[in-house]
Amino acid sequence: MAVAGCDIGSLTAKAVLMEKGRVLASAVIPVGPRARESAEAVMETALERAGLSMSDLARTVGTGYGRKRIPFADRVESEIACHARGAWWRAPVVRTVIDIGGQDAKAIKLDDRGRVIRFIYNDKCASGTGRFLEIMAEALEVEIEGMAELASRSTQRIGISSQCVVFAETEIISLVNAGRSRADIVAGLHQAMAGRVASLARSIEVVPEVALTGGVAKNPDLVRAMEETLGIRLAVLDGDPQINGALGAALLASEMDPGSG
Amino acid sequence: MITAGCDVGSLTSKAVVMKKGRILGWAVIKSKSDPGASAESVMGSALTRAGLSMGEVEDCLGTGYGRERIPFVSGTASEIACHGRGARWLVPSARTVIDVGGQDCKVIRLDAAGRVVRFATNDKCASGTGRFLEVMARVLGIGLEDLGALSARARSPVTLPSTCTVWAQADVIRFLNDDMAIEDVGAGVNNAMAGRVAGLVGGIGPEREVCMTGGVAKNAGVAVALENLLGMRLKKVVKADPQLAGAIGAALLAGEGRGGG
Repeated sequence: MAVAGCDIGSLTAKAVLMEKGRVLASAVIPVGPRARESAEAVMETALERAGLSMSDLARTVGTGYGRKRIPFADRVESEIACHARGAWWRAPVVRTVIDIGGQDAKAIKLDDRGRVIRFIYNDKCASGTGRFLEIMAEALEVEIEGMAELASRSTQRIGISSQCVVFAETEIISLVNAGRSRADIVAGLHQAMAGRVASLARSIEVVPEVALTGGVAKNPDLVRAMEETLGIRLAVLDGDPQINGALGAALLASEMDPGSG
Repeated sequence: MITAGCDVGSLTSKAVVMKKGRILGWAVIKSKSDPGASAESVMGSALTRAGLSMGEVEDCLGTGYGRERIPFVSGTASEIACHGRGARWLVPSARTVIDVGGQDCKVIRLDAAGRVVRFATNDKCASGTGRFLEVMARVLGIGLEDLGALSARARSPVTLPSTCTVWAQADVIRFLNDDMAIEDVGAGVNNAMAGRVAGLVGGIGPEREVCMTGGVAKNAGVAVALENLLGMRLKKVVKADPQLAGAIGAALLAGEGRGGG
């Protein structure tokens, strides 16, 4: 029977359906004000794509910020456990997982069997989380999805001196007012973001291979900035990096003892 | 000897004209995008009030964020030196100075002779600076200067769970959406601000008397919360506007021939 993983984040809800070690379908939607409704909606979308209904699922594991409010979850698992499991399944060479979420960032160190050895979490400071880029996109009046493309046109990256999101926002507004190119500013922002995330990851030591997950990992210029900052190439994961937590949750659901939960 | 001090900050610019330890004229304006223009304008106002012209000022020192861009000064002095000196003039018994500026917070320990012994600065994170209050006042829909009076009417202040300005802003919005009284939310904002400042003060080890300068010192809500957290009374600044401390210090140091290059 099929199993499901459902990851309710602060900004997006993700669902992954699996059967016999294969992904059947996945879905990503923005979260609404009610976590419960977002969970139901994202699961419905994924089920529809797989041509399944709720009753076809043997088990569902929930994770993420809103994991306690997923009505149909048989069990909840920590984000750390899910992200570790998801990345390891995709690439067993991975020893470090760096996940940048909408409102947090985490770095997880794995042993050669995929077990979590150490992890570190930033959910205290908005800098180095998805929120940083979101606020900067608003200030620059550009779409967040268009930032990578914009940065690719940069000819001279601008160093951003502020770490704090609030101060960085002021800094880029003055750069715009001074007539500096948005492309160069965005490239600088990616570099600043990478620096912040890299210093979090370095505090638990960065062992290759390193996988970058979360919605931000879809931004190739940020990937470039991370590689440049860490001085290594990032591992390539198949599929959408944003569904990594939900994927891990689905894998944990498939490994669950059917009698438990 | 007539001397002057000009403190060009991130949010406000201040100028003071002094003679024999007395203030002849002063002014506070909102900083413009060009620090040089801010300096010219605020010094012009202070001189007008003193009934003097620039030619009658024997020496003038600059300080603050924009100090390198002030055209008419003979030199500059560090913010720490100026704030320490200015606070000492405002409160001669001061041994600990807490200056909360628009984008930073400084804590300065002075010895019995008024020399700087130690200091700590936060200019990396907006939380615990005037900027935090500015952001929250905007969310609350009130003027920055009204926060103190608002929080005085609180019955049961809320506790903001987040430290980061970005997250705390979301907390405040949530409290307002949950129909919490604006006074209670305002008091929560002031308490959070005081908590952050107290953290910096604690690192220095405050010694009596403690005084508070900078624009935020005019917010009674923050001052009272800070007194409670430190378990110490703050010595009231009555001799002049506490926001002028840096400019006063610069004018006094100019008179003592202590400006740097």
